[in-house]
Amino acid sequence: MDAQTWTYILVILTFGIYIYIGYASRVKDTKGFYVAGQGVPAIANGAATAADWMSAASFISMAGLISVLGFDGSIYLMGWTGGYVLLALLLAPYLRKFGKYTVPDFVGDRYYSKTARGVAAIAAVFVSLTYVAGQMRGVGVVFSRFLGLDITWGVVLGMVIVAFFAVLGGMKGITWTQVAQYVVLIIAYLIPAVAIAVILTGNPIPQLSLVFSDITGKLNQIQIDLGFREYTEPFANRKPIDVFMITVALMIGTAGLPHVIVRFYTVPNVRAARYSAGWALLFIALLYTTAPAVAVFARYNLLNTLHGARVVSTETVAGREILNLQDAQGRDIEWASSWQRTGLISFVNQDGQISMQANDKGTTFAHATIDNDIIVLSTPEVARLPAFVIALVAAGGLAAALSTASGLLLVISSAFSHDIYYRLINPNASEGLRLLVGRIVIFLGVIAAGYFGINPPGFVAEVVAFAFGLAAASFFPIIVLGIFDKRANDKGAIAGMLVGLIFTMVMILMMQSVKIFGTAEPLMGPFFGITAQGIGTIGAILNFAVTLIVSRATAAPPQEIQDLVESVRVPRGAGSAAAH
Amino acid sequence: MATGRKVAVVEGGEEKAIAYWKANVRLIFILLAIWALVSYVAGIILARPLVTINLGQVPLSFWFAHQGSMITFVVLIFVYAKLMDGIDNKFDVHE
Repeated sequence: MDAQTWTYILVILTFGIYIYIGYASRVKDTKGFYVAGQGVPAIANGAATAADWMSAASFISMAGLISVLGFDGSIYLMGWTGGYVLLALLLAPYLRKFGKYTVPDFVGDRYYSKTARGVAAIAAVFVSLTYVAGQMRGVGVVFSRFLGLDITWGVVLGMVIVAFFAVLGGMKGITWTQVAQYVVLIIAYLIPAVAIAVILTGNPIPQLSLVFSDITGKLNQIQIDLGFREYTEPFANRKPIDVFMITVALMIGTAGLPHVIVRFYTVPNVRAARYSAGWALLFIALLYTTAPAVAVFARYNLLNTLHGARVVSTETVAGREILNLQDAQGRDIEWASSWQRTGLISFVNQDGQISMQANDKGTTFAHATIDNDIIVLSTPEVARLPAFVIALVAAGGLAAALSTASGLLLVISSAFSHDIYYRLINPNASEGLRLLVGRIVIFLGVIAAGYFGINPPGFVAEVVAFAFGLAAASFFPIIVLGIFDKRANDKGAIAGMLVGLIFTMVMILMMQSVKIFGTAEPLMGPFFGITAQGIGTIGAILNFAVTLIVSRATAAPPQEIQDLVESVRVPRGAGSAAAH
Repeated sequence: MATGRKVAVVEGGEEKAIAYWKANVRLIFILLAIWALVSYVAGIILARPLVTINLGQVPLSFWFAHQGSMITFVVLIFVYAKLMDGIDNKFDVHE
């Protein structure tokens, strides 16, 4: 059977599993809908969190991004994992003890303020909506690349699946499908990685073969030969201060993302919240420590195979000139032809040969363009794995995109239906009405996400900087202070959140104005060497400072709030604390 | 409404509650110091000097930045969870 048939089989099979799980875990009350009845075991929540967290970008694009950035790719590796230490030590146990349904719930109750709750709810919706558009786009891209389906139909199909288990099962349905999606995506990621590790280094464990084989040295040499900087040279692509600030922003942004935090509300007690964070990061690290190995292997293989490859024939397919290549040993490089057809790779014919030489600046290829996504997507073919594995990668990419999308949609739903509708607009709403509103909002969320997936704003990549920057600058400081600083009060938190949010938003808009507003030049260059991705760190520092100062200049929180802080610091009673 | 008043406070009074919190915060400080050491210090601040030292066949700072820090992060969380089990029991605040 060919790859396309296998892809159809695996996609239908996995989607069937997700639908079945969604149906089997349908819920009847808001506690089940928002926090899965707080009965999710620590390991299962860890797997769900890992799938929730690892998006289409982590699965498809990250290894390629690292292979281009070399050493500086550490911003994503450390930045997107280090936040879990902060979550486990500073946030998750206490928020689980608090025991309510949403992040704005904690902000609103702890800072005894409807304004604070409203600001937090709007920030949660904004952060999640920007993020979810990219996921639906990812679903469409996987469908179009692997099945030749129109992107629109791919997105619509993804929407139908997510809508089914999210509307019916809420957090409970989402949690258990995410566990299944984690299994699919990690198997799909590891099989090609192990195969290529064996081919290039003879060691089947990618993490070990990266460190103990000579592959990195060989890559460094070939990079120099072609006019690039050494792969392991630090700060070849970004300034040290920028690397530092981006890493901080991604770490505290991760710890402040509502769809990640809310996962820790679903476990039975405080102890489970701590272990669950450990399991989550272990499951994430399984993929995240494989990615830098894949990045090295694939880049070495790409440069080594393609540089000097002979052009044996050319053909024109759908207006694109395809160069059919043979390597130094005279073997056909079939995958290069098939990926040229998708437009993700292209070469300039250099007198019957391919050149992977760097341009004058040593930043990119002079006579070729290679899309970052190729690194992961082409690995199965490069390693000559059976068609079945290619299909598995497609199913894995879909699992990564759908699991993240569903977690984000739940945050959007709960922020509207619980925080804005029930807590601010209609406090007398019955249980049944609130559940209905939650389901309607999640359905509308799916439609909105699908719309943006089909008609993406031209700056999808830039909005991710937004999501992390805003989460870092808004939620992280005031939640940490809400737990560790008893003196922090409503006025401090509102002022801190607004200053952090507005500063970060204005800075990103000005730095990214070329792509967002279409200005000829950015309205502002890097801020003391810090780019848009890292600016959330400054926003977070401002938030911390303003909250601390304003809180101390105004009245202390009432006694009952100080009692609440005392109570979240102690694990006992988490089971009953959530009872209304 | 689930406010603090409904929830069991630490048995043994305020002093014990303060001591429990101090023990927790102290542990957090130690673990976050290690967290910063393996990532920000070894992987970023000392990236250039440590590039000359090898671990296996890769530069040490590259190893920390691309692998060692992440492995340490996982260990840190489990160590925290395990040690907090002991502290919770000692102060009798476990569930």
